[in-house]
Amino acid sequence: MVLKMSDYKTPVFADWCPGCGNFGIYTAIKMALAELQLDPHRVVIVSGIGCSGKTPHFTFANGVHTLHGRTLPFAIGIKLANPELEVIAAGGDGDGLGIGAGHFVNTGRRNIDMTYIVHDNAVYGLTKGQASPTLKLGLQTKSLPKPNINEAVNPIALALASGYTFIARAYAYDVRHTENILVQAIKHKGLAFVNIQQPCPTYNDINTKDWYDGKDRIDSTTGKPKPRIYKLEETDWDPIVKSPDEELDKTVAALRKSREWGDKIPIGVFYKNELVPTYEERISKRIPFYIEKPPSKQEISDESGAPTVTIEEWFKKLKV
Amino acid sequence: MHAKKEFNWMIGGPQGSGVDTAANIFGRACGYGGYHLYGKREYHSNIKGLHSYFHFRISEKEIAANVNDVNLLAAFDAETVVRHIREVIPGGGVILEKEDLNTRIQDIPTLPPEFIAEFKKYLESKGIGNTVRDLVGEAKKENIRVYPVAFLDLLKDLADELGIEKLSKVTRMKNVLALAISFSLLDYDASLVEKAINAVFIESPRIAEMNVLACKKAYKYAKQTFGDSFSHKLKKLDVQGERIFLLGHQAVALGKVLGGCRIQTYYPITPAADESEYLEANEIFELKNGNGAIVVTQTEDEIAAVNMASGAALAGARASTSTSGPGFSLMVEGLSWAGNNEVPIVITYYQRGAPSTGLPTRHGQDDLRFAIHAGHGEFPRIVLASGDVKECFFDAAKAFNYAERYQMPVIHLIDKAMANSTQSYSVFDVGQVKIDRGKIVSSSRIFESGEYERFKFTDSGVSPRAFLGTEGAVMWYTGDEHNELGHISEEPLNRNMMMEKRMNKLEIAHKEIPIDERLNFFGLKEAENVIVSWGSPKGAIIEAMEMLEDEGYELAFLQVRMPHPLPKERIAEILGKGKRRISIEMNYSGQLASIISEKTGIFMDFHILKYNGRPMTTTEVYEALRKILRGDSPKRQVLNYGS
Ligand SMILES: Cc1ncc(C[n+]2csc(CCOP(=O)(O)OP(=O)(O)O)c2C)c(N)n1
Ligand code: SF4
Ligand SMILES: [Mg+2]
Repeated sequence: MVLKMSDYKTPVFADWCPGCGNFGIYTAIKMALAELQLDPHRVVIVSGIGCSGKTPHFTFANGVHTLHGRTLPFAIGIKLANPELEVIAAGGDGDGLGIGAGHFVNTGRRNIDMTYIVHDNAVYGLTKGQASPTLKLGLQTKSLPKPNINEAVNPIALALASGYTFIARAYAYDVRHTENILVQAIKHKGLAFVNIQQPCPTYNDINTKDWYDGKDRIDSTTGKPKPRIYKLEETDWDPIVKSPDEELDKTVAALRKSREWGDKIPIGVFYKNELVPTYEERISKRIPFYIEKPPSKQEISDESGAPTVTIEEWFKKLKV
Repeated sequence: MHAKKEFNWMIGGPQGSGVDTAANIFGRACGYGGYHLYGKREYHSNIKGLHSYFHFRISEKEIAANVNDVNLLAAFDAETVVRHIREVIPGGGVILEKEDLNTRIQDIPTLPPEFIAEFKKYLESKGIGNTVRDLVGEAKKENIRVYPVAFLDLLKDLADELGIEKLSKVTRMKNVLALAISFSLLDYDASLVEKAINAVFIESPRIAEMNVLACKKAYKYAKQTFGDSFSHKLKKLDVQGERIFLLGHQAVALGKVLGGCRIQTYYPITPAADESEYLEANEIFELKNGNGAIVVTQTEDEIAAVNMASGAALAGARASTSTSGPGFSLMVEGLSWAGNNEVPIVITYYQRGAPSTGLPTRHGQDDLRFAIHAGHGEFPRIVLASGDVKECFFDAAKAFNYAERYQMPVIHLIDKAMANSTQSYSVFDVGQVKIDRGKIVSSSRIFESGEYERFKFTDSGVSPRAFLGTEGAVMWYTGDEHNELGHISEEPLNRNMMMEKRMNKLEIAHKEIPIDERLNFFGLKEAENVIVSWGSPKGAIIEAMEMLEDEGYELAFLQVRMPHPLPKERIAEILGKGKRRISIEMNYSGQLASIISEKTGIFMDFHILKYNGRPMTTTEVYEALRKILRGDSPKRQVLNYGS
């Protein structure tokens, strides 16, 4: 049976504000799942708390809607217990880069074969528009009483520094492109990070769709807006590390690229390196049968309920 | 104080000087000779230099507590003499470094000012000087033998014999010298000591060899220098059957593996980390056919640890995490999520002295109420409390059955005294361990409605559980209140039903779990003096009771192993018969006692409490109980033994 995009939809009403960028991301996720023909029971979408955190309820695939900031630890636990599952973590920018920043960094160190999507709207949507860690210094979005006094974190640079092996940016209103990036991220061997610029029409009145489209920048010759967003793949950008000696240069180039913002905002793949061993491979080095018999698949008792472990062998080491 | 054949040895010195290794060798050597033992380790939150000691009690029968007495003290440094010489009982002995005799107490840099101030009062009361020699002189008056040893000379000889030029290469062997001198004084079979040395250094034959030589030398030295002056002797016993010798944290690790735990997450903290490291060192183990493995993951914090364990449990692995107070504090939000989502995780909670960082390496039972109440909202959980190393093993295995059968988090309370105590046992009967995974739905089943409802309403409240990845089942979990499918729902009626569904599971657990898994009863059925306690005081209480029974007192002891849900009916029944109800706990407020009062309306007549960070000894429990039984005790006694 061929699965269609509509097969990944639940009857649950998607309660985002009209025009919310989350709709674009949600559509792209469903398209990517259909494109990859992933069985809903084999997929697990893990989310945090925030507007973005509701995504799993609208998606017909296993969904685990966790705690604010704890998206990644739950996702890792699921993946480690059953590496056959296709785990996609998706959370807000506050979730992943504020309260969950420690997990963001430490997950990078593990290169687990899963995907992590950050819905970057530069605000805390669900708590009514406070500044998120990606809101630029000095900006005052609609519900801020005063301009933002904190510097913004650069998610792409942070992912590079933390060890993510696939790092990309997408734009929620370019659904096709987002889908394409997500498909690449899911297929990537290792930990993939996709930061999705997500307009929040309700609280972020600065980084709006019009702003991304460049409606405030009319080309004097054509009379048309000059879009801020451009695609890396339409330039001569090559993000792929093909041998270990390319690693440093590609990292530095990606870091440089990650600082482009404002008039020109690149989307696409910034960095990709499949030469780094995955966490699963590292575990398999120590536990050779890890993939065939991961924690969730080990027989722990026989039919009588007796444990399968012969603990007597272990006791021998403790004998006096 | 005790008629039984037993011996108490204490070894102390600065941290990092080999106290632990010496203790390990000592324990094994005694074990080979047929003795049972209980060893308690005390150490500072420090890596090198501060005082640490190991107190070993050996006996012909199984024991689970220390006493106050020391028969032989082996002191590496002046501080050990100062801190412990008064624990040595008449007829006992002290082995010390000859040069330390001249040390003035106030010159020992590691002694804290509050100790010195207190100690001064003692010196003044005795009217003696302030050197180690003065203390030793005082001990001699009490018929304590003193054995000054020129350790440096011995080490120099040893270096010469081994052809080692640098003295620093052999100074570490001071511990084996002290140990061997102890055994020589006891006239113990040297071959057993050498066997123990070889076993402890099995990985490095050269070091084993050097230490065996040191042992031989020390034996000879002690015989020549001190002759047959020590009155205690230790004879090899003739015993049958095999013995194991393990620490509490090892018992938990073994119990977990046997019980099917296949993922352990942790963030380092004393005294819990030892368990995870031990598991990682033994991550692959034998099964009846083939090999099994546990994946041990060191996380970035305890928040990650608890939530990663939950994730793993959702995917179908038996998963757990281990921590102590500060870590558990961070886990609380995750615990609430697990409660709301009916996730069967096991949290092993090693209590230590609190609040805050508190006494990081010391003992306490401060967290019973915290374990029972932690987490926002009301949700079911089971709290277990082991009373000794053996119970740690069986409870660790059983915890997963409770967690999966009732689909709720289980908190297994241990404490530092158990985690770091060595105990010997006859090999455990593991035949009694069974695995019960509760109601599980596997792929073969067809779902009637075509939809799998993870949180389906049932009579018991327990919904058949499918793991993430089960064919034909797609499911949702959320920390929000949810409907049967696991989708967010704020509807009032659904809310009531879900609350009742979850909370009902606790009622079912309370009805189903056999009483003998929840309470231990010791002593006389109709005794008028009833003791109630939980956790590690168990060993001291049982022994103290035996001594008091010999004196003609009638006592019963109720050990609560499942403080939540509390087996309140049975507790009320037993306490109702008692005339004097005595609670014994290692905290300030008598937490279990107050919980019992809350649930049964019965109040304790006497409280024996302790919160100085050192476990209760048989001696002090005996004395405190005796006061109560003789009618000359206040309502509340606070014990203070230990250094
Ligand atoms: C521990 C904790 N603190 C605070 C909150 C309240 N809270 C809910 S959503 C949210 C912010 C969400 O922002 P973000 O992660 O960017 O997600 P968005 O709503 O923008 O998608 C906060 C602070 C919470 N749920 N948990
Ligand atoms: S508040 Fe913003 S992010 Fe949240 S649903 Fe509304 S538009 Fe979307
Ligand atoms: Mg946000």
